[in-house]
Amino acid sequence: MSIEARREAGLDPTRSDAGTVNGPGPEKPARRSRVAGLMSTVAPPLVVFIAFIAFWYAVSYLFLEETQRFLLPPPHEVFIVSFLDTVNLTEILNALFSTTQVALVGLAIAIVIGVSFAVLMSLGKWVERSLYPYAVILQTVPILAIVPLIGFWFDFNFRSRVIVCVIIALFPIITNTLFGLQSVDQQMHDLFTLHKASRWTRLLKLQLPHALPAIFAGFRISAGLSVIGAIVGDFFFRQGEPGIGRLLDVYRAGLQSEQLFAALFFSSLLGLGVFWFFGLIGHLLTRHWRDTAGQQV
Amino acid sequence: MKAPVIEFRHAGKVFDDGTHAVEDVSFQVGPEEIVAIVGPSGCGKSTLLRMASELSPATSGEVECSHERLGYVFQDATLLPWRNVQRNVELFGELRGTPKEERARQAQEVIDLVGLKGFERHYPKALSGGMKMRVSLARSLTMKPPLFLFDEPFGALDEITRERLNDELLKLFAIEDFAAIFITHSVNEAVYLSNRVLVMSPRPGRLIGEFNVPFDFPRSAELRFEPDFARLSGEISHALRSELT
Repeated sequence: MSIEARREAGLDPTRSDAGTVNGPGPEKPARRSRVAGLMSTVAPPLVVFIAFIAFWYAVSYLFLEETQRFLLPPPHEVFIVSFLDTVNLTEILNALFSTTQVALVGLAIAIVIGVSFAVLMSLGKWVERSLYPYAVILQTVPILAIVPLIGFWFDFNFRSRVIVCVIIALFPIITNTLFGLQSVDQQMHDLFTLHKASRWTRLLKLQLPHALPAIFAGFRISAGLSVIGAIVGDFFFRQGEPGIGRLLDVYRAGLQSEQLFAALFFSSLLGLGVFWFFGLIGHLLTRHWRDTAGQQV
Repeated sequence: MKAPVIEFRHAGKVFDDGTHAVEDVSFQVGPEEIVAIVGPSGCGKSTLLRMASELSPATSGEVECSHERLGYVFQDATLLPWRNVQRNVELFGELRGTPKEERARQAQEVIDLVGLKGFERHYPKALSGGMKMRVSLARSLTMKPPLFLFDEPFGALDEITRERLNDELLKLFAIEDFAAIFITHSVNEAVYLSNRVLVMSPRPGRLIGEFNVPFDFPRSAELRFEPDFARLSGEISHALRSELT
């Protein structure tokens, strides 16, 4: 069909409802509102933070006697002893690095296993029915109860710590991925059925892209959990390089509360970091097509 | 007379739960004919199309139809939100293994045809309801289907957009040669678009009336205000109502 014929038929884009694009347009009057927006997101948690620090000082100086102050040393002392003293700082950062390695290796393995299991379960109801109860059990078994067992079986080293991480991080990845894969609209499935798409095509071109936001939500939760898993592993398995979990225990035993707080701070920072990182990756991968108004990273 | 592109012969559908959705439906659609089906909601109109496409085959009687290259437009545009307009339009070609260059060429042609030139790189979230529907239409047009099944495609749109899309659909009918079954709950839309209007009863859906629409193509928007148009619409509405009481 020629362009002339089309024009004659009056199929002219300029008179269509093309004017009603409501896409990512209205960002023009940004500058000012962006600053205001930043303030409105940063200010509330900042206020809470200041209040928290004030409360901390109050407890240290007003409620605790001089002799009891080691229970909650004031913030600046924590800062001086652990951040400005390079020996302490190096010790903590080394331990943190070891823990990070365990957490990331564990998370990577959990991602591979978790996504594969979810895909398998999405392929057949009977696979889901056979495996899902065990995934739930994996989640509900108290991790502290099986840690010694893992130690017996796999020795008390890096490998065991990673296994603890995997166990603790696996469930959210499985459930979120499975939910994402299964929440595709029936009409979308019909569409693929009409065009005789294979199971594999359906998975790759429909289910996985659809599940991507849910998958990353799972990764994000599991990233935080894998840090916890790594610390718990450290705490119990005392061979190999000391991680932050072991350091926590050492500081506790020696009543070194400034260092204890610093170690706590850094391990929280690690959890926060991986949580935020996966949130960001998920956001970057899907922001061009998702309606993400009001969503936080 | 040329062979029909689709023929229902005493076709019926009983769902697994025992619901009688459709009962003893017989009709055919000739090449380039547009048949509209109106009926109260829940009467099994959509089920007819699912039977025709074998998404949910008839449980009695038969439906004869070539399932190769069937155009099927749902009430929702059913676009993949992670694909831009161009890649959404190319989807069916991709599923059917059409070579890449061929696919791109087809897509370009139909995108022009539905008036979406310049929007190829837009994602569905940036499009209005009417524009999404055009993309959905364009996607099916890439297959050059001899038969289109429309399942209340403009039901969710506002009236102005809907009437405009009705006009554009008529122009497409004139340009591309395809037959169509058009499901709608709007009598006006049915009369305006079709050669023939079939009326369905409430569940279990049966055909209870058939009206020829005598107006010539091309039709203009003014047709909607002609006395003959109003009279025919009135008769069809009457047939619909008589079954509801």
